[in-house]
Amino acid sequence: MDKVQDNRAWFLIIPVFLIVAFSAVIPLMTVVNYSVQEIFGPGQTFFVGTEWFEAVLKDERLHDALVRQIIYSLAVLAIEIPLGILIALGMPGGRSAKTSLTLVLLALPLLIPFNVVGTIWQIFGRGDIGLLGATFRAIGIDYNYTNNSAHAWVTVLVMDVWHWTSLVALLCYAGLQSIPPAFYQAAKIDGASKWAVFRYIQLPKMRGVLIIAVLLRFMDSFMIYTEPFVLTGGGPGNSTTFLSQYLTQMAVGQFDIGKAAAFSIVYFLIVLLFSFIFYTIITRTGEGEKK
Amino acid sequence: MTLTLEGVAKRVGAEQHLHPLSLELQPGSFNVLLGRTLAGKTTLMRLMAGLDAPTAGRVLENGKDVTGTSVRHRDVAMVYQQFINYPAMTVFENIASPLRRQGKDKAEIDAKVRRTAAMLRITPYLDRLPAELSGGQQQRCAIARALVKGAGLLLLDEPLVNLDYKLREELRAELREIFADGKTTVVYATTEPQEALILGGNVTVLHEGRMLQTGATGEVFHTPASLECAQVFSDPPMNVVDAILTNDRVALSDGTSLPLSAHDRNLPAGPCKVGIRANHLTVLRRNERLVPVKGKVALSEISGSETFVHLRHGDSTLIAREEGVHSHPIGSDIQVYADPDRIFVFSAAGQLVAAPNWRRGALRNIA
Repeated sequence: MDKVQDNRAWFLIIPVFLIVAFSAVIPLMTVVNYSVQEIFGPGQTFFVGTEWFEAVLKDERLHDALVRQIIYSLAVLAIEIPLGILIALGMPGGRSAKTSLTLVLLALPLLIPFNVVGTIWQIFGRGDIGLLGATFRAIGIDYNYTNNSAHAWVTVLVMDVWHWTSLVALLCYAGLQSIPPAFYQAAKIDGASKWAVFRYIQLPKMRGVLIIAVLLRFMDSFMIYTEPFVLTGGGPGNSTTFLSQYLTQMAVGQFDIGKAAAFSIVYFLIVLLFSFIFYTIITRTGEGEKK
Repeated sequence: MTLTLEGVAKRVGAEQHLHPLSLELQPGSFNVLLGRTLAGKTTLMRLMAGLDAPTAGRVLENGKDVTGTSVRHRDVAMVYQQFINYPAMTVFENIASPLRRQGKDKAEIDAKVRRTAAMLRITPYLDRLPAELSGGQQQRCAIARALVKGAGLLLLDEPLVNLDYKLREELRAELREIFADGKTTVVYATTEPQEALILGGNVTVLHEGRMLQTGATGEVFHTPASLECAQVFSDPPMNVVDAILTNDRVALSDGTSLPLSAHDRNLPAGPCKVGIRANHLTVLRRNERLVPVKGKVALSEISGSETFVHLRHGDSTLIAREEGVHSHPIGSDIQVYADPDRIFVFSAAGQLVAAPNWRRGALRNIA
């Protein structure tokens, strides 16, 4: 058979090529370029090699932010994943008004813009007019997220749980819905306990969506910016300053563009590395439980 | 076990999924539930298993009323159309799971699992996970899990339907041997008449939620009580032609006239319906007694090593069987031959009046 040769096929990938170039490759390369320069102003740049990277790696405040970030992300996963699974297990199945209502209620937090979520919680937690803050005050708990670091930290965490557990629950729900009813019948005939049904049928069947949920929640929480920025502005002190916020302070606040660029690249590599580690661990555990 | 159903029925909302029926299954018997999709086979099985409670009637196991007893406390195992295994357990663990729940000791579990696995030829795969097996092997694993439980009642709900043709034939042949020596009462649901014939035992024919007939498979096949039952138990469906019976001939609606045979002689004259299975309407004239029937080819369908010719004949469509693979141009004239010794005569209302003679035990040759 004659092979049809038509080089015009290349034109078809130009749009994608351009979009990826402008949205990802060129900005990334610009950052790489900045990260090896000392920049005083337009046209006043000096090549400094790896100096910025060395400075970033030695930065104490960055180390603190990184540790804070890791603890925060792990806490997010430790709460949201089990809670999401529990909610999904408790959700009504089938096509009923109850199911639709539950789905809408669950989807609501996901539809709210991030900065609005921050604002909601900022007001919610206020001691004078906020429902949460006022309630705490009324029952005698001295709750104040603006000057108590622990309170601020927990508030940011609870806000994230409120905002994102729905996503995990919806993903798990989709996974559960894909289990044919015959599996449950078979388990019933076998006399399997509720725990056995969860451990040997539901959990393995949810494995695929759980991988996605863990990765999404990890990456997202590791890059969290808007909500704590609106709620606490990173304070009190630096107690809720996570990596992205520290990066913004460096780049926009102090206009330390070279160092911020180096930081960005390190940040990017950290997210990549952690995601890779997570992915590898999750796909290895329970290998073959795909089906 | 002896499973007795006394007037059980199932109604869901305003819909009657299963009309009241009574049935008694003997210990160690092999029972086929035959019916098309939506005939109520699965509904009936669920009632037998105890997955659902009947809306009327009673279910008895060995004479003991278990109507309200949950499936957890019944002595039953089930195999499904889909391949249901625990996805995270190896084949060995899957098969062992019912035994572990029964609290059997390790050596006994090991011996039983290996014996059952050998019977179903999955010994080489004991360490694999179900997802790493082919469909046929997955179903073998599910059957092994059901068998090893040693339940008094084993239900198989179209277990071979999701397998490809070759695997289905292979496993079907083995199933006969596996169940042959059992003390277990086996119920096997299928849509295929052929499968019921090959598996033998007893058959219960269901249609639109009603039980049409029950009895030994050969008997039901050769003397279907009604036209409906004959239709369900014939593949392709039985040819039906309106006819008039006189004292020496039966005249089909198109004018073809068949001589009477031993079985349909001395019947009261009058209108009737004549049924002919496709394999008794042949393209080849096998002997001089066969009567030609003319028609136009509507379709010729090749199935394995035989051809089914659909022909327009008056207002109805007849299906004739032909050995070997042949092609007939659509619309061409064709002559097929009806065997007057093998026709069924039904009353105008569809009740069986006369069936061709048959020898008990000759089932397989005729089917």
